[in-house]
Amino acid sequence: MNGFGALLRRDLKLAYRQASDSLTVLAFFVLATVLFPLAVGPEPAILARIAAGVVWVAALLAAMLSMDRMFQSDYDDGTLELLVIAPAPLELCVLAKATAHWLTTGVPLIVAAPLMGLFLNLDTGGYATLLLALALGTPSLSLIGAVGAALVLGTRRGGALLSLLILPLFVPVLIFGVGAVEAALTDVSARPQLLILAALTLAALSLAPWPAAAALRQAVE
Amino acid sequence: MTVFSGNDLSCERGERVVFDGVSFHVPGGGVTELRGANGSGKSTLLRMMAGLIAPARGSIAWNDRAIDEDRDAHRARVNYIGHLDGVKGMLTVAENLRFWSELTRSVPAATQTLDRVAVALATFGIAKLADLPARSLSAGQRRRVALARLIVRPSLIWLLDEPATALDTTALAALDHAMAAHLGAGGIVIMATHEPARRQGPRIDLDEHARIATAKRSTAAAA
Repeated sequence: MNGFGALLRRDLKLAYRQASDSLTVLAFFVLATVLFPLAVGPEPAILARIAAGVVWVAALLAAMLSMDRMFQSDYDDGTLELLVIAPAPLELCVLAKATAHWLTTGVPLIVAAPLMGLFLNLDTGGYATLLLALALGTPSLSLIGAVGAALVLGTRRGGALLSLLILPLFVPVLIFGVGAVEAALTDVSARPQLLILAALTLAALSLAPWPAAAALRQAVE
Repeated sequence: MTVFSGNDLSCERGERVVFDGVSFHVPGGGVTELRGANGSGKSTLLRMMAGLIAPARGSIAWNDRAIDEDRDAHRARVNYIGHLDGVKGMLTVAENLRFWSELTRSVPAATQTLDRVAVALATFGIAKLADLPARSLSAGQRRRVALARLIVRPSLIWLLDEPATALDTTALAALDHAMAAHLGAGGIVIMATHEPARRQGPRIDLDEHARIATAKRSTAAAA
């Protein structure tokens, strides 16, 4: 597990020193959310109705924004090929990179989400569930994203290709993420949706590292 | 006696055959120079030895056991210094080296890590640069940091792809010194180089292989 800790620490250190990357993601999230009241009008009832959906879609797109860079700089400077032949398991390295990605983009999004809810007049009953749903769902975005990011390494215009590849895979997370908040707002238990989100994240956690590592090996060949 | 060997290796990139029928045999304590014109496949062969590329034909073995049988053991044996330095500009020199040391260490022992990093820094004369961000280094200094990885994580086989690139005479002497110590301890060095031969010793000449392969092909075509 040392390899995991070492890589995670290094990535967090790099993210801290290049804080603009994480801030860009956060700024995108805020701007994308703020566009909705401007587009659909300031009617409080309409905004309250779409709040959960807008926050989720904006979070998803914001997380996408930084995904193609997950392995790119390591690929460019030769670190990746050294990681592939290092004695530490590559699957563990993938897990460390995805964890770092979640901590530096997913967590800031979760922290900013209540404020976005406020902008969109989200009903007070929905905040706790929204945060819980984001906390359970966003790790799976980073994990699925890692597979996509590894697959598009070395291709031209990888970012656009990556969106096409993995946005469809984010659909279940989106549906159950929004569903959980809707349920909470209609006084129905959000438990089933939250459990499904947790299951999606656990599935991604156990399945994603292998295809991602295989794609990385292919990329450095 | 330890032996690192390859038998009848060939490499194809797309449609093109890069090399064909290359064999090598390197005993412990030996340096082997890898020579050949640009594009003759020196880097490719080194990457194959490192386990980054699978040969299209043939096999690579450590003590007569194919490296495919135990990938983890092979990864622990090899240190590879390629064309890219793998140095992170946003980290300091010491942080770069500490990362590689921590990544592959099996037992947490912070003091040991620091010691090895310090030794590596001293070996390549970059101790004074330890706390500078690597992005402020010159090409030669970055190369020294890359080479310092050889010391940070001891391994039996050093695969060096034109290690002399951008190095000054002091650094070259340091590299020679480190290599001598490594060989003295029974290690193996395989290095691609264009420099005029400085030492007597075994070599793998890829131009020679290319000529033989072409001759074979034309004979086959004639027959």
